[in-house]
Amino acid sequence: METVYLHHETDMDGWRDAARRLILAGVAPYDVHWCVRPTEESIAQGEIFAMPSAESVPDTQAPPAKDGQQLMVSKQFVELARMVILHCATDRFGLLYRVLWRCQRERGLMRLTGDADVARLHAMAKAVGRDKHKMKAFVRFRETVVEGRPRYLAWFEPEHHIMAAIAPFFIGRFISMDWTIMSPRIGMHWDGKALQFLPGGMPEALPEEDASEALWLSYYRHIFNPARLKLKAMQKEMPKKYWHNLPEAELIEELIAEAGARTQAMLERPPEAPRRKIVGYKRKPD
Amino acid sequence: MQLKQKLEILADAAKYDASCASSGTEQRNSRDGNGIGSTTGMGICHSYAPDGRCISLLKILLTNFCLYDCVYCVNRVTSNVPRARFSIDEVVELTLSFYRRNYIEGLFLSSGIIQSPDYTMEQVVEVARVLREEHDFRGYIHLKTIPDASPELLARAGRYADRLSINIELPTAASLSSLAPEKDGVAIRVSMGRLRERIDASKDKTHTGKRPPRFSPGGQSTQMIVGADATDDRTILNASADLYGQYRLRRVYYSAFSPIPDASPVLPLQSPPLVREHRLYQADWLMRFYGFESHEIITGEQGMLALDMDPKTAWALQNRAMFPVDINRAPKATLLRVPGLGVRNVQRILSARRVRAVRLDDLVRMRAPINRMLPFIQLPDHHPGATLDATSLPAQLKETPAMPQQLGLFL
Ligand code: SF4
Repeated sequence: METVYLHHETDMDGWRDAARRLILAGVAPYDVHWCVRPTEESIAQGEIFAMPSAESVPDTQAPPAKDGQQLMVSKQFVELARMVILHCATDRFGLLYRVLWRCQRERGLMRLTGDADVARLHAMAKAVGRDKHKMKAFVRFRETVVEGRPRYLAWFEPEHHIMAAIAPFFIGRFISMDWTIMSPRIGMHWDGKALQFLPGGMPEALPEEDASEALWLSYYRHIFNPARLKLKAMQKEMPKKYWHNLPEAELIEELIAEAGARTQAMLERPPEAPRRKIVGYKRKPD
Repeated sequence: MQLKQKLEILADAAKYDASCASSGTEQRNSRDGNGIGSTTGMGICHSYAPDGRCISLLKILLTNFCLYDCVYCVNRVTSNVPRARFSIDEVVELTLSFYRRNYIEGLFLSSGIIQSPDYTMEQVVEVARVLREEHDFRGYIHLKTIPDASPELLARAGRYADRLSINIELPTAASLSSLAPEKDGVAIRVSMGRLRERIDASKDKTHTGKRPPRFSPGGQSTQMIVGADATDDRTILNASADLYGQYRLRRVYYSAFSPIPDASPVLPLQSPPLVREHRLYQADWLMRFYGFESHEIITGEQGMLALDMDPKTAWALQNRAMFPVDINRAPKATLLRVPGLGVRNVQRILSARRVRAVRLDDLVRMRAPINRMLPFIQLPDHHPGATLDATSLPAQLKETPAMPQQLGLFL
């Protein structure tokens, strides 16, 4: 049994190097044990959250190993691996290795979306993609002032290891703001120039709601049309697990409870004559 | 009036517009500037209201004062709803402060018509100009354009906006003139045609080698109200097919007419079932991504889509002679017509069957809705046999009606 120690949860480089060595040495998937070093140690080493990028995944252009053997790696595998490595399932490294191993022996394996392993990779990549998408959508900043400059703080609990992968999105969007996003496992802070990763935190550190948040709640309340309730559609896209970080979610129950009566009132109200003096509108002659 | 009150009135006035999309535009970010904002290809829904609609943009009216008297509209001149008007700076500030907190992707601004179409359009365009030029705002902007406004103003709108829209409102000229007397169906189409020309021109960088000015990179869209009069689904879908064909709209939105405060007595009291709106969207997708023609989708005499099953299943039941489809041999266009089979799974099947034959288990692992598909497909380990022709098949494929959620659920 071989044991591979990865440096952190999304250590694509470490996984790639080990996987290449093991494949070339002919070590079967059930003979490898993959594990990640404890987090504190990695933070101390300051190397955590390197971003997995296209270059850090084995590819067909990689220089052949000493004995001339080459790895068979398809583009689909590379793309999936970059996502799957961010998944929280602890067996992801082993699964990726098993598929890579099988790819050396089964031609066209990555095309078989119905294969149990490949289907699982797709499902995991999809879950990671959804988690990233929901993080882009549901992070909510609150404003506070630090040393005379506004700073934006948010608390978010992603399901997978996506913090580093999502950073470019928030930087590209809020480049001129100072912002911090905290989660239980890890935080990140952008000061307008550089990104810094922080150890995990607590939601209590968030500032109180401000006037803009109150306006946002008003907006949410009023953009809702009480004459149409589609609760399933809402919950499918905005599952309850996210609600406790969304300020507007506290209104949902009340809006639903009032909806029937509000609609009924609209229907029962007799039509009224206009209370203003109406001057008929004339189109300009063409 | 307080900002909060204005926001309430002007969001109330805007909520009957179904569109809130922030998709389809160019991809941008702020890495090279001092501004704020970015866009993604797919768009992002930042929240959902209990009406099931996505909240992606700050969707408001600049003002809900309006000179027109469109019967279905909450803002028509004869309605007694409270009125308000934002200043340009108020909209700009609100957009930016919501954007900085990551509540929204950008702004969807429209307006009731005050003074004149040109005056109104100028105000709307000015908001977009200030956001773009004074704040270097790179988020999404959708502007509702007023068909009677001058072509120069539409051209300026397209420079700042990611998407422009003109609501066609009703599928036929007759319904438009009876329900929206001041609106001119011809003018609407002329404006759509102009927008299309400019959008096309902005993409065409060949003849001088120079890049033409940016113009509404997210294209144009429109909205049709469903159920405010007796127009049937066939007429609606034909109108959509025509709009997609002639003006290359990115989207036609269908909005089931719903009760509004201070409704006009001319309107039907009963709103159409929400599921009708849903079926129209499904049929719309069949036309855009599945190779269906509008006339194929509805064949019944009433000209309405079935409410109790999706339009593809309904179509398949009427064309059973085409089935079963051999999943391992059928061409792509045929696979796309199999009930339950989506574009993505069709791709996966095409790719997998080059390696080996696709079997039932494969479809299960692709998470295709197997039960709906089985009567219509053939695999090495499955043949529908008599089930395909059974008279009981339509009943089996009916969707169990969801709880009527539209009204009264919480009374
Ligand atoms: S023009 Fe017609 S639809 Fe538009 S706001 Fe005025 S009344 Fe409503």
